[in-house]
Amino acid sequence: MRGFDFVTTRLETALGWGRKFSLFHYPFITACCGMEYMSAACAHFDIDRFGAGLTRFSPRQADLLLVVGTVTHKLAPVLKTVYDQMLEPKWVVAFGACTVSGGIYQNYAVVQGIDRIVPVDIYIPGCPPRPEMVLDGLLKLQDKIQHQKQDWRWAGKP
Amino acid sequence: MGRETLIEAIRAGLGRAVEGVADSFGDPVLILRPGDVRSAMTALREAPFDYAVLLDLTCVDFAAAEGRFELVYHLYSLSRNVRLRLKASLPAADPAVGTLVGLWKNAEWLEREVYDMFGVRFEGHPYLKRLLTYEGFEGHPLRKSYPWRLEQPRIPMKDDV
Repeated sequence: MRGFDFVTTRLETALGWGRKFSLFHYPFITACCGMEYMSAACAHFDIDRFGAGLTRFSPRQADLLLVVGTVTHKLAPVLKTVYDQMLEPKWVVAFGACTVSGGIYQNYAVVQGIDRIVPVDIYIPGCPPRPEMVLDGLLKLQDKIQHQKQDWRWAGKP
Repeated sequence: MGRETLIEAIRAGLGRAVEGVADSFGDPVLILRPGDVRSAMTALREAPFDYAVLLDLTCVDFAAAEGRFELVYHLYSLSRNVRLRLKASLPAADPAVGTLVGLWKNAEWLEREVYDMFGVRFEGHPYLKRLLTYEGFEGHPLRKSYPWRLEQPRIPMKDDV
């Protein structure tokens, strides 16, 4: 095995590789899109194949916030609190038309897109999105994580 | 009890509380005087009418009409397996009607919802607070006079779109 007993890489690339395949997600589910989330998460479509299968029901243990379903103004402070409780590095996916833009609802009650409350990394449109679209969004998020500047303050950098 | 005899019996039992009778796709609709809603419901709940269930209580805003707010009550009799719809018109200025709390338990939340959405005051209600919207919400969103698409955020929003 001479020549194969070591691997060279950049710390940033290795970190991105590790992070994109170990997404612990927190499902913030409020509405019917939750059914598509269940379909995407369970055996038929199985986001575990892409390393995002470990659901955490505490925001403090999660690094991917899946906002699934309509967010109302009554609920907005809750979503903001959940986001604030998550530790860095963290990503947010807007799952479904309601979280992207308010969807079919434009009235006194519904927030017109969760990007008015928290920063969003990936938007998955659809009412509800097909599980294939969810998987595509997940792959796009992984691509984004791989290529973004990694936060490695723990390594002694400023 | 046939339909005609039922309506006659109700009119006889409630007296001047019934302003009129209408028909909605074959179902009888009674128009009540708003001041007599509570007493009329008390009578309808007892024998011989026996409407034991308050199925629904809601409201309609006819912005331009004289009686602007129209309350709609749906009653159901378990023993006779029939339904009855009742309506009462309220004026635009300070719409108020007697509460049904004490007759039916579910009236408490139904009336709170109508108060929240339409601003109809239910006199005698023990806890007339908003049910669906939140503390600090101003106005009544299902009134036609509520500004179109007016949002009342609880936390600061980014208005980039």
